[in-house]
Amino acid sequence: MPADRTVKLGVIGSAAGLFSGVFGVGGGSVIVPLLVLWLGYDQREAAGTSLLAIAFIASFAAALQGALYANVHLADGLLLGLPAVGGVIAGAGLSRRLPHTTLALLFSALLVAAAVQLVLE
Amino acid sequence: MIAVVAIGVLGGLVAGLMGVGGGIIFVPGLVIILGLTQQQAEATSLLAIVPVAIAGAISHDRDGDVRRRDGTVIGLTAAGGVLAGVVVANSLSGQTLRDAFAVLLVVVAAQLARDALRERRSGGPRTDSGSVRHESQ
Repeated sequence: MPADRTVKLGVIGSAAGLFSGVFGVGGGSVIVPLLVLWLGYDQREAAGTSLLAIAFIASFAAALQGALYANVHLADGLLLGLPAVGGVIAGAGLSRRLPHTTLALLFSALLVAAAVQLVLE
Repeated sequence: MIAVVAIGVLGGLVAGLMGVGGGIIFVPGLVIILGLTQQQAEATSLLAIVPVAIAGAISHDRDGDVRRRDGTVIGLTAAGGVLAGVVVANSLSGQTLRDAFAVLLVVVAAQLARDALRERRSGGPRTDSGSVRHESQ
């Protein structure tokens, strides 16, 4: 693997790790566009490769949050994450059959409502 | 307990449908519905993301869409950034971190709405990224 390519991957990893650590999300919204713009990935490969990276990133971040700050609610995390696997599979299957643009607009409204609620908490 | 499972299933469904990551749903769900602090919600969301990302990576790998070496390099080199991010998140007040997360939610909402309106105007899914956003975390 050429050195400059490894450096680019390391920069993507560092940026995604920072984003993930601050916000508690996977970091795919950082990794996917950088792989496409910087390393010439197509969208599918970028999405697939980012998931492998996120498995590492989220594991590190959850371990640090637990070990350094005792913030991880273990049972809640498992009760959330394991059913979510089924949900993602079902959602990806349904996405070809449902009116996607309408759902996306409804979902973006829900996210804005959640944002308002977070600010008011 | 039922509320947590419901957030997980619904979060997963929406993530699969919309192509957003689980965290964008898990974090506000844990804060608003379960009353966790922002830091606890983020930490717990990160744990919940692990099985979702593993399952997604296996599924994409079967389709030949995972460059294993690159993904591993990104994941391993993320460690320093992750540590810095976790320290930053825990040095901020809950209110500041909630407000920052609210900004992230609005940005994601704007991107989704923009893509949906563009798709609607063009009369079908876009071929560049519209159809594969369903897969990204």
